[in-house]
Amino acid sequence: MSSSAAATDLHAPERAGDYTSTGLPTGRVAIWWFLASEIAIFGGAVACYLLYRLHHPEWAEQAAHTVNAAGAFNTVVLLTSSLSAVLAHHAAEQGDGKTAARWINWTVLGGLVFLGVKAWEYAHEIGAGLVPAKSLFWSFYFLLTGLHALHVIGGMTALYVVGRGAARGQHLGRVELAAIYWHFVDVVWIFLFPLLYIAS
Amino acid sequence: MHDHAPSSFLRRYVFSTDHKVIGLQYMFTGLAMALLGGFLAYVMRSQLAHPGTPVAGFGTVSNAEYNAIVTLHGTIMVFWVAMPVLVAGFGNYLIPLLIGTDDMAFPKLNLMSFWTFFLSTVVLILSMFVPGGASGSGWTTYPPLSAKPAFTGVGLGLDLWIVAVALEFVAFLMGGVNFITTAINRRAKGMGLWDLPLFVWEEVIASIIFMLSVGPLVAGALMLLADRNLNTGFFDAAAGGDPLLFQHLFWFFGHPEVYVLLLPALGILAEVLTVCARKAIFGYRLIVWSTIVAGLLSFIVWAHHQFISGIDPRLASPFSLTTILISVPFAITLFCYMATLYQGSIRYTVAMLFAMAMLAEFLLGGVTGIINGSAAADIYVHDSYFVVAHFHYTLFPIVFLAPFAGFYHWYPKFFGRHLNHGLGLLHFYGTIVFFNLCFLPMFALGMMGHQRRIADPNAFGYLAHGQHYQQLATWGAIGLLVLQIPFIVNIFLSLRKGAPAEANPWRGTTLDWAVPSPPPHGNFEAPPVCYRGPYVYGVPGAADDFVPQHMPPGPGAPTARVPDGDAAQLAAAGSPVA
Repeated sequence: MSSSAAATDLHAPERAGDYTSTGLPTGRVAIWWFLASEIAIFGGAVACYLLYRLHHPEWAEQAAHTVNAAGAFNTVVLLTSSLSAVLAHHAAEQGDGKTAARWINWTVLGGLVFLGVKAWEYAHEIGAGLVPAKSLFWSFYFLLTGLHALHVIGGMTALYVVGRGAARGQHLGRVELAAIYWHFVDVVWIFLFPLLYIAS
Repeated sequence: MHDHAPSSFLRRYVFSTDHKVIGLQYMFTGLAMALLGGFLAYVMRSQLAHPGTPVAGFGTVSNAEYNAIVTLHGTIMVFWVAMPVLVAGFGNYLIPLLIGTDDMAFPKLNLMSFWTFFLSTVVLILSMFVPGGASGSGWTTYPPLSAKPAFTGVGLGLDLWIVAVALEFVAFLMGGVNFITTAINRRAKGMGLWDLPLFVWEEVIASIIFMLSVGPLVAGALMLLADRNLNTGFFDAAAGGDPLLFQHLFWFFGHPEVYVLLLPALGILAEVLTVCARKAIFGYRLIVWSTIVAGLLSFIVWAHHQFISGIDPRLASPFSLTTILISVPFAITLFCYMATLYQGSIRYTVAMLFAMAMLAEFLLGGVTGIINGSAAADIYVHDSYFVVAHFHYTLFPIVFLAPFAGFYHWYPKFFGRHLNHGLGLLHFYGTIVFFNLCFLPMFALGMMGHQRRIADPNAFGYLAHGQHYQQLATWGAIGLLVLQIPFIVNIFLSLRKGAPAEANPWRGTTLDWAVPSPPPHGNFEAPPVCYRGPYVYGVPGAADDFVPQHMPPGPGAPTARVPDGDAAQLAAAGSPVA
């Protein structure tokens, strides 16, 4: 095995045989630890928001200016894209890289739709003068949704790269990792949507 | 193993995925930054000893410059020296060797982690040379001071400071995932969790603490950047925000961070002390469990930094309690280390001297921490030189004495040659004497009422009688810096002229000593198998006074596996303590 091929494989089983101390795939162990650190980032930001929000019932009036319909639509889009991620994972486990890649494409498309709707919302809000500096509520709104949007972009990029590999039948184990990450991005939104949109 | 070392110079020494090269890259970047941090300390101390007089090599220090120097000294020493050397440097080099594998779980991620760190270093250095100057709002960067460029007159410099710190966090998050995953999944066959050398335990627990505590500060950094550039008011009381929130976010990370640094230092000590005392570690499992408990407690002590910030007094007492409580698991660890020395056959290598000095000096730091930790006593000493002295009595042993011990201990492994013993002794005695000369007077200064972060103590008449203590501390600082010259000379001189080192020069038991010095790409000839715990010394009937972890059971290695830890190990080692 040449060193360059060894270095490109995330799991790199050929470097020390398939042996792992726990019997778990190394990538799976890593992605969960990675998510733990991500939870700390969102957890910190959301906790700050909640601490303020509980002291300011009057923020409800400002939250009423968010577009609930757009948020609800995006929630459905993200949940659906998570479903196709599950189906991609399932196909990858069956060893069917082509089907996995097709499902991943649907997930990436879901991400694009989500970002498109989000961009429209931002434009709509900023056009109405609801900018981050408008008030603390809008500061948090843009901070939390912006941070989340960055993670959507990151997740889509990971899925896209993994999908291209899967289409060629390579690194099928990575489909699971990208899917787990996508579910996390989805779950964060499930928290943000009620906290920022419907708690008015 | 099948892997071959890459042949081009760039792939081999610059953009290498080899954990050993990356470890040394981290260490030497940290060393270079330590020189910069040390120079800043020299300028700061010179200004304090003779305020207003031009400092040789720098010039007159303005108040704004003094603020920037204080800020950068702290930032550099914590984030660009301690983190890369202790966590990333020693961790990268040693973890795969100690657990008997060929590299980290994700070598490419490792490469990315180092270069992200390097980029953060460049951004930080850049921040010193932009219009408006470098950040002057302290290494803790409290708002409101830091929240509006108008407050400090620093614009881009502080923004770049935030970006640099954030980038560094990203680098160590990548490193942390790698460390944890590697230790969990790439241990040699036969190596259970209780066979791990303590250094690996300490690095892994430190990585977990870091990963779970830094998140809120990442969010806080984004909020601070938004406050500065988008005119938001997260930390602005006038806009409905709260400056105290940033202190919570900062210290929720900032205090666990000291344990992130302390644990690898204690890990280095465990390896050096056992090898040089020729004895099993006392209380292996006790140390591990204590460290885990300390890790958990470290998440609920942070507000002791805020006793006079206006937090609810009802909150102060519980945080006093947890703060004093957390000294218990660390006291256990330190007592275990001392018990390890008891009736050992101690070899006074330079590494061992540094390790023992770390124990002694850190004790002073720990004991004075009790005073800071009690809310009532803290109100008097808060923000005084007493805190500076306490902080440096904990952090200097952690960030310098322990890595020195590690560096003298593993230098033969890193480069296949020994460091010069005489220069090492000069470095050791000089460092210890001048370190105490520098920081001991600061306890007195603090009790006299000298406040830290003041550019010119002479501006306040009632502080004048402490001035000769300030000058004494400055001589200590200058001596401390000068006595690092033998160390630097030693590193480079010994590369060429040092006595050649064999694979196991100190006769250690762990797997790092089973590979040649320096270890080849891929480390082990064949994947090693682990047969016993890490600290088997002085077992009756053994061929030697130590039994390496990888030596198959046989006539020279009587026990297949020392069962279940400490009591049996100690009994086997003939220690009366068991």
